[in-house]
Amino acid sequence: MSAVDCAIVGGGIVGAALADALSEAGMSVALVEARSIGTGTTACGMGHLVAMDDNAAELALTSWSVSLWRALAEGLPRAVEYDACGTLWLAADAEEMAAVDSKVSNYRAAGVRVEVLDAAALYEAEPALAPGLVGALRVPGDAVVYPPLAARTFALRAQARGARLMTGTPAQALRPGEVVLANGDVLAARHIVLAAGVASPSLCPGLPITPRKGHLLITRRGAPVVKHQLVELGYVKSAHGTEGASVAFNAQPRVTGQLLLGSSRQPGVGTREVEAAILERMLRRAADFLPGLDGMQALRAWTGLRPATPDGLPLLGPHPEQPWLWLACGHEGLGITTATGSARLVADQLLGRSSAIDARPYLPERFLGRTPRQVAHA
Amino acid sequence: MREACDLVVVGAGPGGLAAACHAAEAGLSVLVLDPQSQPGGQVWRGEARKRENRLARRWLDRFAASGARFRPGARVVAAPEPGLLLVEEGTSSLAVRYGRAVLATGARERFLPFPGWTLPGVLGVSGLQVLVKDGLPVRGKRVVLAGTGPLLLAAAATLHRHGAEVLFIAEQAPAARHWGFALQLWRHPGKLLQGAALAASLVGIPTATDAWVVAAEGEARVERVRLSVRGHEETLPCDYLGAAYGLVPNLELAKLLGCEVASGAVVVDERLETRVKGVHAVGELLGIGGVDQALVTGELVGHVAAGKPVPTGLERSWRAVRTFADQLARHDAPREELRRLATPETLVCRCEDVPLQALDGCRDLREARLYARLGMGACQGRTCGAAAEVLFGWTGEDVRPPCLPARIGSLRLPSPPPHTRAS
Ligand SMILES: Cc1cc2nc3c(=O)[nH]c(=O)nc-3n(C[C@H](O)[C@H](O)[C@H](O)COP(=O)(O)OP(=O)(O)OC[C@H]3O[C@@H](n4cnc5c(N)ncnc54)[C@H](O)[C@@H]3O)c2cc1C
Ligand SMILES: Cc1cc2nc3c(=O)[nH]c(=O)nc-3n(C[C@H](O)[C@H](O)[C@H](O)COP(=O)(O)OP(=O)(O)OC[C@H]3O[C@@H](n4cnc5c(N)ncnc54)[C@H](O)[C@@H]3O)c2cc1C
Repeated sequence: MSAVDCAIVGGGIVGAALADALSEAGMSVALVEARSIGTGTTACGMGHLVAMDDNAAELALTSWSVSLWRALAEGLPRAVEYDACGTLWLAADAEEMAAVDSKVSNYRAAGVRVEVLDAAALYEAEPALAPGLVGALRVPGDAVVYPPLAARTFALRAQARGARLMTGTPAQALRPGEVVLANGDVLAARHIVLAAGVASPSLCPGLPITPRKGHLLITRRGAPVVKHQLVELGYVKSAHGTEGASVAFNAQPRVTGQLLLGSSRQPGVGTREVEAAILERMLRRAADFLPGLDGMQALRAWTGLRPATPDGLPLLGPHPEQPWLWLACGHEGLGITTATGSARLVADQLLGRSSAIDARPYLPERFLGRTPRQVAHA
Repeated sequence: MREACDLVVVGAGPGGLAAACHAAEAGLSVLVLDPQSQPGGQVWRGEARKRENRLARRWLDRFAASGARFRPGARVVAAPEPGLLLVEEGTSSLAVRYGRAVLATGARERFLPFPGWTLPGVLGVSGLQVLVKDGLPVRGKRVVLAGTGPLLLAAAATLHRHGAEVLFIAEQAPAARHWGFALQLWRHPGKLLQGAALAASLVGIPTATDAWVVAAEGEARVERVRLSVRGHEETLPCDYLGAAYGLVPNLELAKLLGCEVASGAVVVDERLETRVKGVHAVGELLGIGGVDQALVTGELVGHVAAGKPVPTGLERSWRAVRTFADQLARHDAPREELRRLATPETLVCRCEDVPLQALDGCRDLREARLYARLGMGACQGRTCGAAAEVLFGWTGEDVRPPCLPARIGSLRLPSPPPHTRAS
C-alpha cells in the first residue's frame, strides 16, 4: 500500500466530514473506522444543528458550522433528513426571559438571525406546550439532520473522490507516519488525524477527553406534535454542571413524524445501559413542558457518550508534543453541528490555508503543551 | 398501580400456567401477566371460553383454582431494576415487585419476504389460524398454506373445520427430511400435533414437500399465488395465503433483563434459571418445542420456585422434549431457496417500507438499521429482524427499553417504589 497524504482514525461525523473536506482539496485520504461509519456517538446524537452562545469561541464555531450545513443542505440526500425547523429557546420565567436579551445581542453580533417571541406568539407557534411559559427566542437558521447518514454521506463523497474507507478493523497504535491496525496491517500516511471521539485517549494517552453520558427517547410515528426543536433556557444552567447528573427539556420533531426527546448529562459516566432513574427525571422534565407526553407511544430509549473536554470546546489541530499527530476530537454535545466547521479548520491548518474563523481557541496546546496555556472560559 | 409477589410469570401460555400452578399451589403469591384477555397463550387461545381441548381445560381449571392471580391485558414493557417490572394495562400502568420471575413469552412466526408478501390477504400460517379461531369467516374461501412443520398441518385442519377450501399445503422441507421427521413425531407425546397431522391427511388436502411460495399476486389484495412445487412452478387462484416458516422465540424481554442468549434461545441451567439470578425461562424461549416442552419446563420451574424437589419423571420428559425440539429445528430450518425469493423492490421491513435493495452494502443489522431504517418502526424489528437473520445471517442487537412500544407514561417509575415482599 502506498502512503496516503492523510489517514483519519475514526469514522464518526467528525472524521467523515474531514475526509470529505480533505479529499475535496485534492489530498489522498484513508478513513480508518473500527466498526461502521457513523455508528459511534454520532448514531446516538440528536442531530440538532444549533448555534450556541455559552462563550465566544463556541458561538463562533457553531454559528459558522450551522451556516456551512445550510450551504450543504441542497446537495444532501433526502434520507439525511435535513430539516430547517429552527430552534425555540423557551423561557419559563421572567429571569429566563431576561437572559434572552443578552442572547439576542450575542447572536446578532455573530450574524445569527433571531426573533423574540412573547407568550402569545410562542403559543401560536407551539400550541402543545404547557401553559405558563413567558416567551421564547427563535433561531430560524438552526436545523436538524439524521447524523449517521450525514456521516455516511460525507464518507461516500470522499470515497467517490478516491478516498479509502477502511471499516471493520480498529487502529491499534499511531506512530509517526504509520497507523497500525489491530489485524497487524500498517497504513503509511504523511499526516495522521485522530478523530475517534470518546475513544481517542486510548490511542493517545493523556488527552483530556472524558465520556459524558446522555439519554434519549424516540416515539412512534404520528402527527407532528411540535414544529421547532424546543430547548428550555434552563438547559444552559444544567448542561454545564461538571458534577452529578442533570436533565433538561429538549424535544425535536423528526421528518418521520416522530418526536425525539432529550436529554440528560452524566459527567464521567461511560456505561451504555439505559438508567431508569435518569430516564425518569428526563421524562418528568419533558412532561412539565409537554403535558400530553405520557400518552405518546415510546418506541425506544438509548444512550450515547459525548466526548467531553474540560472547557467544552473541541481539540482541533496538531498535538503540541507529537506534531505528526493531529487531533479532531472532544466535540462533546455539539459534534454533529460543529463537524462541518471542525473539518474546515483542521483541513485549513493541514493545507496551510487561512480560515474563516480564528482557529486558536480550539488548538490542543491549551491543554497539552509543556507549558499549557490557560484559555479563559467565558 | 402497584403489585408485589413472590413469583411473577410473564406469559399465560402453557409454560407460564404450569409454572404458576405449581408455585401457587405451594403457597407462593403468584402474579401472571399476559396481554390477552384470557389465559391460554397461543396454543390455547380462546380455550378458556370454548373449553374444547381436554388438556387445555385441565390446566386452565387447575390454574383458576391454584390461587395465582391473572392480570389480563398486561404487557411487560420495561425492567428498570432487578426485581421490578413496568407493565402497561391499557391506558394505566402497573409496577410489579417480584422475588423470582418466570419468562414464558412464547414465540412468533417467522416471515420471509417474497414478492407480494405484504398484500392484504397474505398472513402467517398460525396467524391465519388464530384469526379464524377468533371469528374470521372463511367458509367457501380458497386458501393456500405454505410453511413448515406440524403447525402447518394444525392450521390446515382448523381452516378446513371452519369451512375453508384449503387448496394446497406447501411444506418447504425436502421430502427425506420431512418424512424422517414425521416418523419421529409418533414417538413423541405431542398428542395435539399428531391429531392435527392426522386430521390434515384424512381430509385429503393436496400436500407437497419441497414446495414454497414464489410470489403472491393481485391488485388490491392477493388473487393468486405462484408456487414452486418440486421444481415446477404452479399458479393457484386464492382468497387467502398463509405463509410463514416456523417460529422464533420472543426473546426481547429476556434480553432486556440481561439474560444470555445463544443460538436463538435463552441460556439456562438445569433449574431453568437464566444467567440472571432469580429469573427463569420456559417454553419456546428455550428453543421452539411446542406445547409439550412448555408444560414440562413450566412444571419444572414451578417445582423449583416452590422449593420442591424436581421429580425425576419431569427431568426425563424434559430431555425427551429437547430431542423433539432439536429434530423440529432441523426440520423447520428454512431452505436455501427461501433466501432468494425477494426481488430488489420487495419490502423486507414493512413498518418502515425498506426494500431489499436499500440494504445493498450493509454488513450487519446495525448498519441496516442506521443506514436503511430496517427495524426502526413500530414492530421494533420483530418481523424483519428474524427475516434478516435468515437472509443475511445477521443476528440481533441488544434490546433497549421499552421491549414493546408503550405509552411514555408506562415507562415512568412509581415513586417511591413499592416494597418487596420476598427477597
Ligand atoms: C445523547 C446525545 C445527544 C446529542 N445531541 C447532539 C445534537 O443535538 N447536536 C449536536 O451537534 N451534537 C449532539 N451530540 C454530540 C455528538 O453526537 C457528538 O459530539 C459527535 O457525534 C462526535 O462525533 P465524533 O465523530 O467525534 O465521534 P464518534 O461518532 O464516536 O466517532 C468516533 C469513531 O471512531 C471510531 N473508533 C474508536 N476507536 C477507534 C480505533 N481504535 N480505530 C478506528 N476507529 C475507532 C468509533 O467506532 C467511532 O465510529 C449528542 C450526543 C449525545 C450522546
Ligand atoms: C400465532 C401462533 C399460533 C400457534 N398455534 C399453535 C397451535 O395451534 N398448536 C400448537 O401446538 N402450537 C401452536 N403454536 C406454537 C406455540 O408457540 C406453542 O405450542 C405453545 O403455545 C408455547 O407455549 P409457551 O407457554 O412457550 O408460549 P405461548 O403459548 O406463546 O404464550 C406466551 C404468552 O406470553 C405473552 N407475552 C409475550 N410477551 C409478553 C410481554 N412482554 N408481556 C406480557 N406477556 C407477554 C403472549 O401474549 C402469550 O400469551 C402457535 C404459535 C404461534 C406464534
